Amino acid sequence: MLESVTSLDVEERQRLEPHDALETKMEVVGLDAWYSTKQALVDVNLNVRSNKVTAIIGPSGCGKSTLIRCLNRMHELVPGSRVTGSVLLDGKNIYGSDLDAVDVRRRVGMVFQKPNPFPNMSIADNVTAGLKLAGVKDESSMKEVERRTLERVGLWDEVKDDLKRSGASLSGGQQQRLCIARALAIEPEVLLMDEPCSALDPTATAKIEQLITSLKQTYTVVIVTHNMQQAARIADYTAFMYLGKLIEYDETTTLFENPRQELTERYITGKFG
Amino acid sequence: MKRRRSGADTAFKSMTLIFASSAVVLSLIYFFELYYGSTLTLKSGISFVTGSTWDPNNQVFGVLPMLYGSLVTSAIALIIGVPISLGVAIFLSEISPQVLRSPISFVVEMLAAVPSVIYGLWGLFVLAPILRTNVYPILESRLGFLPIFQGTIYGVSVLTAGIVLAIMIIPMVASISRDALLAVPDSQREAAYALGATRSEVIRMSVLSYARSGVFASIFLGFGRAFGETMAVTMLIGNTPLISASLLSPGYSLAALVASEFTEATTQVYISALIEAGLVLLVVSFIANVVARLLIRRLIRSREAASYL
Amino acid sequence: MKLRRVVSDKLWTVFTVVALGLAIVPLLSILFDIASKGISVINLDFFTQLPPLANASGGGMGNAIQGTLLLVALSSAIGLPIGLFSGVYISEYGVTNRYGSAVRFLGDVLAGIPSIVTGVLAYTLIVLTFQSFSVLAGGVALGTMMIPIVSNTTAEALKSVPNSIREASIALGIRKWRTSLLIMANAKKAIATASLLAIARITGETAPLILTAGISTLWFSGFNQPVGSLTYYIYYFGTSPYQNWQNMAWGAALILIAIVLGINAAVRLITRGKKAYA
Repeated sequence: MLESVTSLDVEERQRLEPHDALETKMEVVGLDAWYSTKQALVDVNLNVRSNKVTAIIGPSGCGKSTLIRCLNRMHELVPGSRVTGSVLLDGKNIYGSDLDAVDVRRRVGMVFQKPNPFPNMSIADNVTAGLKLAGVKDESSMKEVERRTLERVGLWDEVKDDLKRSGASLSGGQQQRLCIARALAIEPEVLLMDEPCSALDPTATAKIEQLITSLKQTYTVVIVTHNMQQAARIADYTAFMYLGKLIEYDETTTLFENPRQELTERYITGKFG
Repeated sequence: MKRRRSGADTAFKSMTLIFASSAVVLSLIYFFELYYGSTLTLKSGISFVTGSTWDPNNQVFGVLPMLYGSLVTSAIALIIGVPISLGVAIFLSEISPQVLRSPISFVVEMLAAVPSVIYGLWGLFVLAPILRTNVYPILESRLGFLPIFQGTIYGVSVLTAGIVLAIMIIPMVASISRDALLAVPDSQREAAYALGATRSEVIRMSVLSYARSGVFASIFLGFGRAFGETMAVTMLIGNTPLISASLLSPGYSLAALVASEFTEATTQVYISALIEAGLVLLVVSFIANVVARLLIRRLIRSREAASYL
Repeated sequence: MKLRRVVSDKLWTVFTVVALGLAIVPLLSILFDIASKGISVINLDFFTQLPPLANASGGGMGNAIQGTLLLVALSSAIGLPIGLFSGVYISEYGVTNRYGSAVRFLGDVLAGIPSIVTGVLAYTLIVLTFQSFSVLAGGVALGTMMIPIVSNTTAEALKSVPNSIREASIALGIRKWRTSLLIMANAKKAIATASLLAIARITGETAPLILTAGISTLWFSGFNQPVGSLTYYIYYFGTSPYQNWQNMAWGAALILIAIVLGINAAVRLITRGKKAYA
């Protein structure tokens, strides 16, 4: 697999890669993705840095959600979908025959656009849902995890007396933080977030953004957002996509202040479409 | 001119209102007529449903054996039918390839359309002989230590009626459950997949849990159908007013009682007793259906609420 | 992933496939047995002759076919118009008020009342009054069963007509009642479908007829007289000990299932993708 990486055109790599020597957590190599006959991703190459927040921006329909859903093999759940190329997690291809989708998703967690807590489970059960799948049965360690992860997402003080209430009884912003807690409870290495604030009000959004910034100490975060300011606020690296292609990828400040591609410049200055 | 036109409006609305009120009127008439039709035996009170002797010649009317038969056959129908129905519903909503969904749904709907007297005829001449010679003897030899699998094998029995009822409720329970499962938003499935759930775990932790009120509704409707089902049970249960521990023995049901004895009921009090049996059927099935419809209504409301989120 | 989880996942798939098989096998068996056992008695006499005596040869189900057609016609004459206009009320006037939704709810509940109970009702109302089983009582019982079914399916059909058509009509100054007729015309296919399914459903009803239309070995002789029907004869002959009657029952079952499944299959094939319940 490494051969195919090094064989990439040097100029191409310079265009796509930030110039630093940080550790790579995930590496996307020559990724194409289809929905039945429609191609959604075209030869995408991307390095996701360890313990950094990477944002993916671009106009709607550019493939940014498809890309993030290829990083934990959620894309293949769509009937008729197809993926070629590879995505390396710590150097190992997640589409390889020795890894299965279930294990990949435990290591690469995901938070979605609309908060989707399990409505018939209590807040506590929502948090530990993933642990129960893994076969954890120990009550006291569950309680431990509930408290730790809810504290981590800043929800503990708000819900500690109502842990038995339905997860659906919370406000939208609280639900989204609950979903983040649910994803964190199984201790993934990477957290993917697909427009996690698009259904939330500004106050709730601010809380989530704060949370994302604090999460990178422990996790590698990849976030899709249609909101450029959000990317500028929270991301260390930003990738710009257009029509299924990765156009530019760099440190966030560089990409926003000094874009190398004209398309990128037009997009971030709002001259698009 | 204007007045006549608005008169037509009022007349049309009134007409539809009157016809629509038939639902209210009918509901009242059902209870009213069956209540008054059974005056002669209603006055004997609760002993009608607690008494276990049915002896029209001596004017002793206790329908406990029939009530027991109705409940046991319905329970058998649910125990056998609900898991199969859920399997079909899960297959159609979660597992089946897209191309197979429509033909399979078609077959299930055809199954729902088969008249109950035909299930009865088929049960009597095809299924009962198979059960009598090939299945029940095995049940008796392997599980005969259980009281429910003891005694003489007749073919027609509580268990036979229950099995055919199970077949009859499958299409309805499966079809309503499938609709409930299909109404589960994909975001719920994704939530479970993203936690590293396998497909079966997604179905259990997310899909079935989210759709549970619809599934419960389908079970209540299935119970209502089984409890009131008449012809197939009449032809297969043996029509014997006895309570026996064994499911292989003949029994009776409320609906079978009404269907098979009305034509020979000669005295006023006998007819009154049969109408009262109908009243019991009405009350139980009315309650089962109200519960089911309230559950479905709640499901529809929550779905609408979810779509506004 | 642990082997236990992989195996459990596979077992679930196997379970649903097995369940599907268990659900479908009875239908295949029913169709096969009815076709093979019923076909031998189907000939011209079967449609034109009266039922045979026990252990006799020949005869037919002519009067039962006639009776079933009469009962279906009479019950449709009662049930279809009431159900149809009731559905119009629910969809066109009752959407916004509590009465409309109450009527809709009661309709759903009534549709789940066992048919034998409807038979008891018609018995107390008509058979006891006239002291005789009759076509009329049978038609009333079956018609009563049709009302909630037709009402709710009609309401569904009308609600699926886009609101823009209602608004366009009202905006043109067309009166509400004419608008309602226009909406009905727009939904006529769906209404016809619903009516046909309701007709198929009551054609197969047996239990209420035992208490209302009764049974007769003769041809139709008046609406105040009992009449034979395919379903009652299937029950009556099917539970008898005589071979020639049992054969007749299978023949009647073949005709009945051809009518009922024929209507259902035709309707479903025409309106693919529509739901049958709820």
